[in-house]
Amino acid sequence: MVSVEFTGEATMNEVCYIHSGGKRLKSEIIRINGNVADIQVFEMTTGIGVGDDVEFTGELLSVQLGPGLLGQVYDGLQNPLPKLAEECGFFLDRGVYLSALNETKVWEFTPSVEAGAKVEAGDQIGFVKEGIFNHWIMVPFQLGGVLTVKRIVAAGGYTVNDTVAEVEDEKGDLHPLTMVFNWPVKRAVKCYAERLKPSETLITKLRIIDTFIPVAKGGTYCIPGPFGAGKTVLQQVTSKNAEVDIVIIAACGERAGEVVETIKEFPELLDPKTGRSLMERTVIICNTSSMPVAAREASVYTAVSIGEYYRQMGLNVLLLADSTSRWAQAMREMSGRLEEIPGEEAFPAYLESLIAAFYERAGIVRLKNGGNGSVTIGGTVSPAGGNFEEPVTQATLKVVGAFHGLSRQRSDARKYPAIHPLESWSKYTGIIDEKKTEYGRSILFKGDEVDQMMKVVGEEGTSLDDYIIYLKSDLLDFVYVQQNSFDPVDAAVEPERQQHVYDILMDILTAKLDFAGKDEARTWFNRVRQNFLDYNGKEWKSDEFNKLEATISQLLADKKIGAEAYAEGF
Amino acid sequence: MQKVYSKIESISGNVITVTATGVRNKELAVVETRYGPSLAEVIRLKRDEVALQVFNGGRGVSTGDEVRFMGEPMKVSFSDNLLGRIFDGSGRPRDGGPELADTLIEIGGPSVNPARRIVPQNMVRTGIPMIDVFNSLVESQKLPIFSVSGEPYNELLARIALQAEVDIIILGGMGLKYDDYLFFKETLEKGGVLSRTVFFVHTAADPVVESLLVPDVSLAVAENFAIHGRRVLVLLTDMTNFADAMKEIAITMEQVPSNRGYPGDLYTQLASRYEKAVDFEGSGSITILGVTTMPGDDVTHPVPDNTGYITEGQFYLRNGRIEPFGSLSRLKQQVNGKTRPDHRAIMDGMIKLYAAYKESLEKKSMGFKMSDWDEKLLTYGEMFEREMMDLSVNIPLEAALDKGWEIMASCFVPEETGLKSELIDQYWTNKV
Ligand SMILES: Nc1ncnc2c1ncn2[C@@H]1O[C@H](COP(=O)(O)OP(=O)(O)OP(=O)(O)O)[C@@H](O)[C@H]1O
Ligand SMILES: [Mg+2]
Repeated sequence: MVSVEFTGEATMNEVCYIHSGGKRLKSEIIRINGNVADIQVFEMTTGIGVGDDVEFTGELLSVQLGPGLLGQVYDGLQNPLPKLAEECGFFLDRGVYLSALNETKVWEFTPSVEAGAKVEAGDQIGFVKEGIFNHWIMVPFQLGGVLTVKRIVAAGGYTVNDTVAEVEDEKGDLHPLTMVFNWPVKRAVKCYAERLKPSETLITKLRIIDTFIPVAKGGTYCIPGPFGAGKTVLQQVTSKNAEVDIVIIAACGERAGEVVETIKEFPELLDPKTGRSLMERTVIICNTSSMPVAAREASVYTAVSIGEYYRQMGLNVLLLADSTSRWAQAMREMSGRLEEIPGEEAFPAYLESLIAAFYERAGIVRLKNGGNGSVTIGGTVSPAGGNFEEPVTQATLKVVGAFHGLSRQRSDARKYPAIHPLESWSKYTGIIDEKKTEYGRSILFKGDEVDQMMKVVGEEGTSLDDYIIYLKSDLLDFVYVQQNSFDPVDAAVEPERQQHVYDILMDILTAKLDFAGKDEARTWFNRVRQNFLDYNGKEWKSDEFNKLEATISQLLADKKIGAEAYAEGF
Repeated sequence: MQKVYSKIESISGNVITVTATGVRNKELAVVETRYGPSLAEVIRLKRDEVALQVFNGGRGVSTGDEVRFMGEPMKVSFSDNLLGRIFDGSGRPRDGGPELADTLIEIGGPSVNPARRIVPQNMVRTGIPMIDVFNSLVESQKLPIFSVSGEPYNELLARIALQAEVDIIILGGMGLKYDDYLFFKETLEKGGVLSRTVFFVHTAADPVVESLLVPDVSLAVAENFAIHGRRVLVLLTDMTNFADAMKEIAITMEQVPSNRGYPGDLYTQLASRYEKAVDFEGSGSITILGVTTMPGDDVTHPVPDNTGYITEGQFYLRNGRIEPFGSLSRLKQQVNGKTRPDHRAIMDGMIKLYAAYKESLEKKSMGFKMSDWDEKLLTYGEMFEREMMDLSVNIPLEAALDKGWEIMASCFVPEETGLKSELIDQYWTNKV
């Protein structure tokens, strides 16, 4: 942190540059007191000295919004990393800032309004094709009031910086519009008609999530878990398989290597629905742990601003932030340097309200043109010591709509995804009738009780009926809750298949089964499990799939002698 | 231009302040004490008040000592002349050899652009089944050994170092016991790799703060070798000492601690070192194997906890064995799909069964009757510990996989293993 004496005016969150050793180092004002501004530097501070000049820009920290964001890999301040590598080589040199968008690329622009039209901030005036999407060119979000289109260019090729229209505001001032504008990252975009209640399930193709603890389009969820429990892998598979238009990955203060996997893998992977590379629907904001910490704080805001921008075009956006704890820690480091009065675990007292404000930027909205768009936010949390009773987890749980808690015990036992099926919850509706999922849950719950009890009274002290419940719960856990993300088929399960398979499991879970003893029961369940496992690995409706399904049905028919009393109603 | 000041305003712990102008953040200075010169680094500037951390410690520094500013941050010499040499924490020779001053390089330099990294893909074979089968080590991985003091972690480090196919080994010792230092020297010498090893050693007898430089110096040198196409293995032992030195400075600087006295930026500080592990596109690589001792065998202690969140897995060393639970190589899936078709299945399947064994063991210890299934698991667990986990087992990966099938076949019928039928058809060894 650097303190600067200034003359004239300074604005909170204004961007400034420190001139040091022949470099301009980007910084942001985070406190003003009299004629002294405290600024956080988005770079390493080595070599800065007392007496260095500071240049104030008058601009707030902003993102550039325009066509060409998709497929990009940015740092937390929207510096394009591949471009930077061309310029600077292996390392992230200080003080080099490049334009976020390709300024020479020519886009085919098609106007959608005519001169004389009345428009407002966020309204569409034309579009270009960005990959498979119509990328709508919109009236910049910060322009107020009703504007009149004075002039709009004819369809044709333009670069992002070419003027494509001119609008007049209520005061009679003219504003030339290009295809790009800046938006201050810390302000939520609000140019929509209304916010709606998230009600449609966002399909992740993970059984445990879609069936038991679903996510909704426009909703929020969090994934807390100790290190190594599988938060990142979970987000990686979600980023590949989720049924949304656009995925924004905010790699915030975590390992560079993990981002590299995505950067190298996504261009090769095809989106089964569109046949195009996954990279074409993805934006990566990558401010990994060894990159400057102040830029890490900014990175989640950069990411969500880009999300809101695409939502405004009527698209469904999923923002995955890994890890929000690193963002919170960045705030803690800054707060410490400002010598603010610390709250719990030295986090700043305003931590909770900032976390709430961040998740508030998710939402499904009705646009003024009648269409819908959504931003869904899923954030991982990395609690110290794996203990959820800590400020970041607790503050997050207060505001999110679903909680996917990872358990060390489950990850140690290689039960992936290691989401705890009983402790996790969701306020959203999933793809399977709630009555059925409640039944499944109750089996898991009772099975867990029997398991606990067996630890006290031993297997011989447990009744055969209880033991069967335990085996049923174990089966449900093993073949449905757990899912192999590295198996080509099992990795992503379509809703239709989830529903189908869940019904087959329901048949087993509700059945009264006839066993002579525990050993026979265990053997039978082992056999069913084995067949189910193979079944999960077969292509939907393939011959082998059907054959295994028949085998499972036969196994059940052999032992089924009716329905259990506790399964009444099914 | 070097500026000299001869009035130290305050001395507190290992931090001194002087009044000086024209000084820059992170600049290096030399403090001339009556016990000899010590390096110091600027850690805070407040108008003309300059705070420095003194690497030899504040003890014996007098208010009248001279402080000479060097006009630039800490640098270290880099060339092939380093090979086979032994230095202390701040880069001074410890082996009686000549000081090196050719091609000085910056330490603690900027991080690698993620766009220029490549996905790691070369397995480092160690001959240790708990690593090769269950948690494969990968070139350019950063991975610590979590352990309590008294465990043979330095032996394990040395064994992996000797077995790994790398061009250069750099040993960064922090608070290293003198005996351990000699052990490394002898072992690497016997293994014939000393001539491609560089030591940066801070021993338990040296001032604590001096250990702060060890990771940066070691990794700066490693980075330069890697850029020149060399595959470098960096051994850092013990990173808990490094974290404790940081804690000491933070407390002296009256920073608000976040957790058990450690500074709030512990994660960032550790990460900026570990993240130096890299596979450069079109060039060499850095693999980091560290040691993190866990005070009180407590993995939730801030140092192991933050480390676990940074590194790409960890090996838990307990009772002389690498524990399957808690041990993890996050890069294993980059390599274990290309070894043998049964590798992944064995890896997951055997651990699941071992977890079940642990449960049976617990039941047994509580005096419950053991079912047939429990009995099978007990046999399995004991075999697994003896033939897989024991550190004296030294066999290639493929032999270890075969051993895995053999163990399972002698304990279970196929469907009890939870493995897919295709693999069972192919690999199940019917033993009588
Ligand atoms: N679904 C899964 N299937 C198989 N293995 C998994 C799965 N999830 C996690 N793992 C294993 O666990 C390792 C750690 O997972 P991951 O990196 O996602 O943990 P994390 O919770 O993000 O940890 P950290 O907080 O330290 O970043 C992976 O490298 C992989 O080996
Ligand atoms: Mg992670």
